[in-house]
Amino acid sequence: MTISLLYALVGVVLLGIGLYSLIIYSHLVKKILALNVAGSGVFLFLVATANQTSGPVPDPVPHAMVLTGIVVAVSATALALALACRIHQVTGTARLTENEPE
Amino acid sequence: MTLPAWIVSLPLLAAVFTFVFPRIRIWAGIFTAIITPLMVVFLGREILAHGAIQMQVGGWQTPLGIQLYADGLSVAMLGITAIVIGCITFYARCYFTGDVSSRYFWPLWMFLWSALNALFLSGDIFNLYVTLELLGLSAVALVALSQTADALSAAMRYLLVSLTGSLSYLMGVALLYAANGTLSIKLLATTGAASPSIATAFALMAAGLIMKSALFPMHFWLPPAHANAPAPVSAVLSALVVKASFYILMRLWLVIFEPFINPSTAQLMGVLGAGAIIWGSVQALVAERLKLLVAYSTVAQIGYLFLIFPLSSITQSNHTAWQGGFYFVLSHACAKSAVFLAAGSVIYSFGHDRIKELHGIVRRMPVSMFAFALASVSLIGLPPSGGFIAKWLYLNAALTGGHWWWCVLIIIGSLLATAYVFRFFSRAFSYSPEVVEERPVPWIMEWTALGLALCALILGFIAPAVTTLLDAGNPF
Repeated sequence: MTISLLYALVGVVLLGIGLYSLIIYSHLVKKILALNVAGSGVFLFLVATANQTSGPVPDPVPHAMVLTGIVVAVSATALALALACRIHQVTGTARLTENEPE
Repeated sequence: MTLPAWIVSLPLLAAVFTFVFPRIRIWAGIFTAIITPLMVVFLGREILAHGAIQMQVGGWQTPLGIQLYADGLSVAMLGITAIVIGCITFYARCYFTGDVSSRYFWPLWMFLWSALNALFLSGDIFNLYVTLELLGLSAVALVALSQTADALSAAMRYLLVSLTGSLSYLMGVALLYAANGTLSIKLLATTGAASPSIATAFALMAAGLIMKSALFPMHFWLPPAHANAPAPVSAVLSALVVKASFYILMRLWLVIFEPFINPSTAQLMGVLGAGAIIWGSVQALVAERLKLLVAYSTVAQIGYLFLIFPLSSITQSNHTAWQGGFYFVLSHACAKSAVFLAAGSVIYSFGHDRIKELHGIVRRMPVSMFAFALASVSLIGLPPSGGFIAKWLYLNAALTGGHWWWCVLIIIGSLLATAYVFRFFSRAFSYSPEVVEERPVPWIMEWTALGLALCALILGFIAPAVTTLLDAGNPF
């Protein structure tokens, strides 16, 4: 087993853990953390694909993608946290209530 | 040819300007709403004359540079975006007058437009991911604008679904890149053979995009988000934002995945679409609020879009089905935004949208109700309207291949649509002697809704011109 294959597998496992936690936890901060773990899994997988080129220089494209992805993830997390705070202020709970449209 | 870059950057610049200088926000927004459609017209003329164009932003070559790509399909989507957002911008100017949320509405609105334009012009699958996220983030913030508990929960649910969908899509991108070593849609079309990694990539990308387009049974987030957002936002979410992820799925299917896909996958998409049509229409029939009715109608109409996959897998009618699907996208965008704007005017005037209490509103706001009725003609699919042409192309495609059961579904869907629209109209046209407190609706709000409804109708008359535009640059 090569080292990049190990990274790729760990990435997939992290993605799985993240998605699982996203579904089973109802607290909003846990859900946001779960999405971040899942995102890190995808980024780790992308980094592992950079090792495909022959020779010592890795492929720069996946790195560029991961950097962009991190920027996107940071802004998405910021928005999610701001929304979670607002929900806590307005409803007094940091969980999504079952507001079935009446 | 730098026009595609300007189409993306003008709304982006306007977004930054309206945020930094809130005093000029309305004028900056209206300026953009006039100039961007003109640029799209010029781009369309260029493509009709010379075929598809490519542009390397800043002169950097792929894979590191950003490639913009425009063909007839992209221009049609850019055009409908320009029409819908352009009209709603004028509506929003009146809708938000004197409202504190106006300050945040304008920058987010321009970001949303920029993200949509960038999405329709992207030539590689990773840029599509970035634009998809930009679109999702600005849409979520717009839903949360009214800051009520319902709107905030709806926005949060929408954000979680949207982020999960994007992550799934990004994992698909990573797999495709690992298998083929390129991100460009054009190059991916020519490389690669069927392999487990392509199949997994397709499954991940399709799952993510289906969540974002709210196809049944992943539609649970859509009705609360679209019903609780301010009216201009609901209109653009239903008209354009859900179509954006559908557009990506169609592009990928057409260019990259079509040769590898097993026919039963296409049938499965069709079955989900059928579920959406039936379930969405039935929920619209029992909805008690007008905006919720319209939101469930969107769930049903998205079902029609996904019928494109089984219909296009019939070899003889492949091209008809693709055109039908895109005609659906275009006519639904005009019709649904008109309906949402009319419903928004009702809320603006009466302060609520409980259908039971809307007796006799036809006499109070005749223009808005006329817009609602005209747009409903297209939603139901009666001639002469864009919705009719779309359903006609679908029926043709289904009958050529002998798949008559899709025709039965389309007819049932149209009957259900008639039923839910008339349930509202029977209230709106009834006579009521009581006088209700109301706030006068500015004429611009009523007439922009009518303008969009007329666009949906006009699409029924200019079918040859639109199909020529769709075919420019051979996207299908």
